[in-house]
Amino acid sequence: MKLDTSGLESAEPVWATFNELADGFSAAPSFELPNTTDFDGFQKEAIQMVKPAKGTTTLAFIFKEGVMVAADSRASMGGYISSQSVKKIIEINPYMLGTMAGGAADCQFWHRNLGIKCRLHELANKRRISVTGASKLLANILYSYRGMGLSVGTMIAGWDETGPGLYYVDSEGGRLKGMRFSVGSGSPYAYGVLDSTGMICQLKKLQSWQEEL
Amino acid sequence: MTKQQANWSPYDNNGGSCVAIAGADYCVVAADTRMSTGYNILTRDYSKLCKLADKCVMASSGFQADVKALQKHLAARHLIYQHQHNKQMSCPAMAQLLSNTLYYKRFFPYYSFNVLGGLDNEGKGCVFTYDAVGSYEKVGYSSLGSGSTLIMPFLDNQLKSPSPLLLPAQDAVTPLVEAEAVDLVKTVFASASERDIYTGDKLEIVVINADGIHREYMDLRKD
Repeated sequence: MKLDTSGLESAEPVWATFNELADGFSAAPSFELPNTTDFDGFQKEAIQMVKPAKGTTTLAFIFKEGVMVAADSRASMGGYISSQSVKKIIEINPYMLGTMAGGAADCQFWHRNLGIKCRLHELANKRRISVTGASKLLANILYSYRGMGLSVGTMIAGWDETGPGLYYVDSEGGRLKGMRFSVGSGSPYAYGVLDSTGMICQLKKLQSWQEEL
Repeated sequence: MTKQQANWSPYDNNGGSCVAIAGADYCVVAADTRMSTGYNILTRDYSKLCKLADKCVMASSGFQADVKALQKHLAARHLIYQHQHNKQMSCPAMAQLLSNTLYYKRFFPYYSFNVLGGLDNEGKGCVFTYDAVGSYEKVGYSSLGSGSTLIMPFLDNQLKSPSPLLLPAQDAVTPLVEAEAVDLVKTVFASASERDIYTGDKLEIVVINADGIHREYMDLRKD
């Protein structure tokens, strides 16, 4: 089956045409797929061996001065803590952040890829990409890999010309705009705190602030 | 009618443990030399360490066939880099390359658990630890492989460094001297060999510092 690798392609591969050394290592390598009739079963087994880091709480909300993003730093594989210092808040570029929940490698790779695409947008259009645009780029890439077993639950938070922006994007292809989100296995508990009285007041303040704008 | 399951797996686990410790001006990378399959030993003398660049050594445990393929791929990419840029790849650059190489096999992973050790451009030790599909993190020390659950807690106890997430940014490298770090590695593997059946035979230690790369061996339990 032909996989959509447009997510990996950047601009025209400038040097690939005259640089024979790079044959086999061209600018847009495609994902190699296992030669099996049962792709899903194979992925299930392979993931057993890879054991993606699990157990995460990340949250973000928009407030008067911008966007607040917070995340824990533990990565666990079953009962074993594989790391206590994971950076789950990823800098896509100097004015946009992404959070990591789900597969660590998936999040790291695709956020980096998104950063590349955002920079190319800047160079091509002479202006920064909006948070709306960046989240759409990521959501479209993840949608094209839907069903392949990627595990990404991320929030794209940033500041653009329209002010603070916050989007939730996941590997099912979902993309939501909102004022506050929490993602990960600890998200129900975070929502409990975010949604309680403190935040209700904040929301009222935000509404009046938005009317001012 | 039940779905037919595959009765052959392309993967195997050859066992073994790897450790890397970063110091102020050195880096220690070590791995045992036992290669096993199931309850059998294939060989007692297999090196899991690979020099990727002048100041960069990778230790990998897991499926050694995938490790070998990965090492070849990285060596080829490094050669191209040298031809194009007229210099060796730095350790952080190799770290990113390794991460991308692993992720491009996201749907048919290299069953290889890697830890990369070396000196960065300023000569300070750095250790990068990976999972099988390429997520990586710069740390002060790391242990992977079959003995990692035995080794890591001990390293945490001896080397626990402040979290790199704290502000102001604090050094993750250990204040230990090179000789002390090598001694610690020997102790740690001797202990792991006692309780992990896949770790043993011989220990290969590589120290990277400003003078270059220095290799030494130590005997471990053979049972």
